[in-house]
Amino acid sequence: MSTVFSENLKAEVKNLSFFYNQVQALKHVNLPIAENRITALIGPSGCGKTTYLRCFNRMHDLYPGNRYEGEILLYPDQLNIVSSEVDPIEVRMRISMVFQKPNPFPKTVYENVAYGLRVRGERRKRLLDEKVEKALKQAALWDEVRDRIHDLAFNLSGGQQQRLCIARALATDPEILLFDEPTSALDPTATLKIEELIMQLKKDVTIIIVTHNMQQAARVSDYTAFMYLGEIIEFDKTEKIFTHPSKKLTEDYITGRFG
Amino acid sequence: MEAKDKIIERILLLIAFSSISILGLIALFIFGEGLPLIWKVGPRAFILGERWVPSQGSFGILPMIVGSFWVTFGAILLGVPLGLACAIFLSEWTPPLIAMVLRPTIQLLAAIPSVIYGFWGLIILVPLVRNYLGGPGLSILSGSVILGFMILPTIISISEDSLRALPPYYKSGALALGATHWQAIWRVMVPAARSGIVASIILGMGRAIGETMAMIMILGNAVKMPTSFLDSARTLTTNIGIEMGYASGDHRQALFATGVILFLIIMILNSSAIALSRRRRS
Ligand SMILES: Nc1ncnc2c1ncn2[C@@H]1O[C@H](COP(=O)(O)OP(=O)(O)OP(=O)(O)O)[C@@H](O)[C@H]1O
Ligand SMILES: [Mg+2]
Repeated sequence: MSTVFSENLKAEVKNLSFFYNQVQALKHVNLPIAENRITALIGPSGCGKTTYLRCFNRMHDLYPGNRYEGEILLYPDQLNIVSSEVDPIEVRMRISMVFQKPNPFPKTVYENVAYGLRVRGERRKRLLDEKVEKALKQAALWDEVRDRIHDLAFNLSGGQQQRLCIARALATDPEILLFDEPTSALDPTATLKIEELIMQLKKDVTIIIVTHNMQQAARVSDYTAFMYLGEIIEFDKTEKIFTHPSKKLTEDYITGRFG
Repeated sequence: MEAKDKIIERILLLIAFSSISILGLIALFIFGEGLPLIWKVGPRAFILGERWVPSQGSFGILPMIVGSFWVTFGAILLGVPLGLACAIFLSEWTPPLIAMVLRPTIQLLAAIPSVIYGFWGLIILVPLVRNYLGGPGLSILSGSVILGFMILPTIISISEDSLRALPPYYKSGALALGATHWQAIWRVMVPAARSGIVASIILGMGRAIGETMAMIMILGNAVKMPTSFLDSARTLTTNIGIEMGYASGDHRQALFATGVILFLIIMILNSSAIALSRRRRS
């Protein structure tokens, strides 16, 4: 963490370690997350990117025996996301996630987007309609599905399904949106569309994206962290990482010498 | 090796065909014995007739059809919520070790002979209903409760299987949006497993409508149109079970004809269950 960080912080990871039972998958990770910026996580398979991302919305709580140490502070209220005293549902209300494979529910397009609002107890039809439309527009999907929002979501193409999942995550106005390799199951055209969309979205929401694809990280992100064996090796402005990495390991990875 | 495979294939084919042909023979036999009487009485008079007095030649089985549907409906009313709750509990909340004990126990419920259910109902349930709710006690209500328990294993195991067969990302997707565990189950997982759950209900209905022994012991066997859950009643199956021993001539044929109607109802139920589970797989 060489550069002096002059951004507004949305979150700050401090000395975070994570354990799958006895196996330590994250080792004393530190990382600032800048507000309304895109932070990319790159690194070879198995280095802990997904593990790290899932700490942000406490998805590890689904399985017993998983353990967090250290903290992730969510600003402005400095809520420690990974503290066992904090309700994971409260965290997930503020931090949403888009998965690697599009995973729409077996419901209509409309009901998929409305789901997050409904579980928050929203019943007012007008408001639901408005928010669903807004989210679909934000996800650049509205024009394609406006005539079939009451069709089953499975009838959409893979890329549309992924944008639907983005709309679903956006509908509840999250503060941070997490993406775990959101385009790895998509073709190049659909990938490009999602990338454009992600860059659009940063004005509304802080984004953390995990990707295997280094061009993707270089294209979309403002900051990049390189992870290796559960540790952050280097973190910097994206252009700096991809042009003048300061660590040998980072350079080896981005030049394709391993990974 | 090839030749051996061929022989095994042939044998299996033969076995498969013989079981199908046995089913066909049974159907043929029942229809052959029963249909002539249905023609003789007239299908309308047979199915919609309310009088069943074999000695006078009146063969109307509407009270039995209604009785069958009442007890089945009552069994579903009790068995479905309970069974679904058990299935959800087993697949979502029970620690694996406890589930490993509970599952075979529930299967054991299916292995208890129906005469034991009937016996238990007669000794415990019937007096309770008579003393606290009135009526003869031998009633649709008692029968429904017993049947409700009898169909539990079917409903639990098939519903649980279909819940567990769901891809895990439905649940994680719902939770990631801030849903509680229960909201994820009720608003995503149960609807997603719906066709399997419906199939389990239909199979449970088939089991309930076909149950004979326990119903003979509990229902009171009155041949009249039931008007309340506390009335005695007779079902299609118990009608056959009670009278077959001494019937002859038209009377005997009328019992086969009752079997024809029962056969048709069960065929319809089973094929809709199969159609639903097909849809689930595709
Ligand atoms: N549920 C689990 N239980 C135990 N160990 C796990 C579990 N999930 C992941 N791991 C281990 O934790 C380490 C990090 O895994 P993780 O999935 O975070 O890697 P990743 O960087 O996302 O990899 P990929 O690029 O292949 O998705 C790996 O060594 C993995 O084997
Ligand atoms: Mg991963």
